[in-house]
Amino acid sequence: MARTIGLTSPSGRALRGVSNTVLVLIGLCFALPLAWLLLASFDPTATLTLKWPSGFTLDNFTSVLTPDLAWLPLWNSVLLSGGCAIITVIVAVLAAYPLSRYRLRINKPYLYGILFGTCLPITAMMVPVYSLFVSLNLIDSLWGTIFFMAASSLPMAIWMMKNFMDSVPIVLEEAAWADGASMMTTLTRVVVPLMRPGIAVVFIFVFVQAWGNFFVPFVLLLSPDKLPAAVSIFAFFGQYGAVAYGKLAAYSLIYSVPVLALYVFTSRVLGGGSALAGAVKG
Amino acid sequence: MSSLTHPVTTGTRGRGGPSSPRPRRLGRTIGRSAPLIPSMVLVAVFLLGPVISSFYGSFTDMSLTGSAAAGAKFVGFDNYVQLFQNPDFLQSVWLTVLFLVGSAIIGQNVLGMGLAMLMRHGHAVVRAVVGTLVVTAWILPEIVAAFAAYAFFHDKGTLNELLALVGIHGPNWLYALPMIAVILANVWRGTAFSMLVYSAALTDVPDDVTESAEIDGAGGVKRLIYITLPMIRRSISTNLMLTTLQTLSVFTLIYVMTAGGPGTKSSTLPILAYQEAFKFSQLGLGTAIATILLVIGAIFSIVYIRALKPEVD
Repeated sequence: MARTIGLTSPSGRALRGVSNTVLVLIGLCFALPLAWLLLASFDPTATLTLKWPSGFTLDNFTSVLTPDLAWLPLWNSVLLSGGCAIITVIVAVLAAYPLSRYRLRINKPYLYGILFGTCLPITAMMVPVYSLFVSLNLIDSLWGTIFFMAASSLPMAIWMMKNFMDSVPIVLEEAAWADGASMMTTLTRVVVPLMRPGIAVVFIFVFVQAWGNFFVPFVLLLSPDKLPAAVSIFAFFGQYGAVAYGKLAAYSLIYSVPVLALYVFTSRVLGGGSALAGAVKG
Repeated sequence: MSSLTHPVTTGTRGRGGPSSPRPRRLGRTIGRSAPLIPSMVLVAVFLLGPVISSFYGSFTDMSLTGSAAAGAKFVGFDNYVQLFQNPDFLQSVWLTVLFLVGSAIIGQNVLGMGLAMLMRHGHAVVRAVVGTLVVTAWILPEIVAAFAAYAFFHDKGTLNELLALVGIHGPNWLYALPMIAVILANVWRGTAFSMLVYSAALTDVPDDVTESAEIDGAGGVKRLIYITLPMIRRSISTNLMLTTLQTLSVFTLIYVMTAGGPGTKSSTLPILAYQEAFKFSQLGLGTAIATILLVIGAIFSIVYIRALKPEVD
């Protein structure tokens, strides 16, 4: 480690002291906006300023957790993100298999296309996507939105999935192949069970992205009963944001919990925190 | 990240010999590429379709309502000519560049690198706590991060309260200095990515190299400039590319904090495209802006892919 030298010399100790001080200061700056979310959500008289709650209350949470305000939008988010993640994972596993296992002429252009797709600025596309959805009569369609979100997360998912599949040894597949198993049987019975953690990482990665996506459902969905939490929370902000800060913070926290939990789960249990984090090569 | 950068394990390829007769081989190739079809269909319909129609649509006068909504006419480069004469657009280009340079290229990269380096010398507890805080700002859903940033920079928000403590009457950030507010907010939100990339890159720098430089009398700054930075230059270039691409498509953060305002004082290109298309029903103009953004994104992608070329080959 680099600090073997640092620990013994006085300059090293000073360096550590300075590093710690600077780190704590930066950490404080990062913490302030987050602390507001947390404290305001329990504060009966929350304002926009970070302050110690004037009392401790769960009213903000209970008054937000009504069927119309939170439960239905959260359920819509589950449908949207879950549907998107399931479709993406199935399609990505299928696509990753030939890319990882065979030497096909199409592989190289296909992978370049995929890489290119991972870089597309999806926000920039929303205006033309809206026009496309109007002409396909898909505006306000949950399925249309799910399929679009699946398509836009596919490039990254295929790229991740191929890399996970590359690290699965081929020996067992060869045995299955020798026993006369077809390609699909080999894939579903041998490869998929072997790469379960990788599939879980891709699933969670796509799910979290879709869960946090505001702009796509904001543009493509209209009916209030179809809107996911990301959009309904924004509507709440527009209507009551200027008065009900505590409730806004509470709603924000409820909406964020699944994402935070999945992140912790992925990094602790699956050991793929950095994979989820980066997903992209450094 | 390392789990994703594995080179393809040797020996995973080449099922079936090269000597099979031709017709069988063709059928087999088709059979073997069949699993690629669903992904190709999805991408073709939902990504390629809009991109192509975007290029085409930017040459028409289509709009959401009114007479032009029924049948869009081909108008050539009119939308682009109109765009480049539009002061809002020119301002928006400048704001986008400002946003990219300020929050991605300088803010996130420099702060991310600084954090990654400080973390190496920091106390384990400090490291864990600060790391968690930085990463939390980044994994929170964008709209929640935007609310938190909104509250922080609001006229009656935390920042001005803090400034008041030291006797400074802070400005109304979201109105008087909207670009500063959204740039700082995006640095707050996005630095974690650069920090993680650079932390991973720095652990890959062998210690003996920096140690021998230290023994040769190279000071901290010299070691950084001549040893460390050149050794992680590949990570720096890919990270610059990726943060630029991510920042180019930031919409929610700005939309929630300022909605592009006051007026269009913080309308970066994605916001302007949205406003033109949906607020002013100028779908053709909005599409033209989207097309320009796609072209910029494509240029960055190509540079990025060239850097990653060895991974594909």
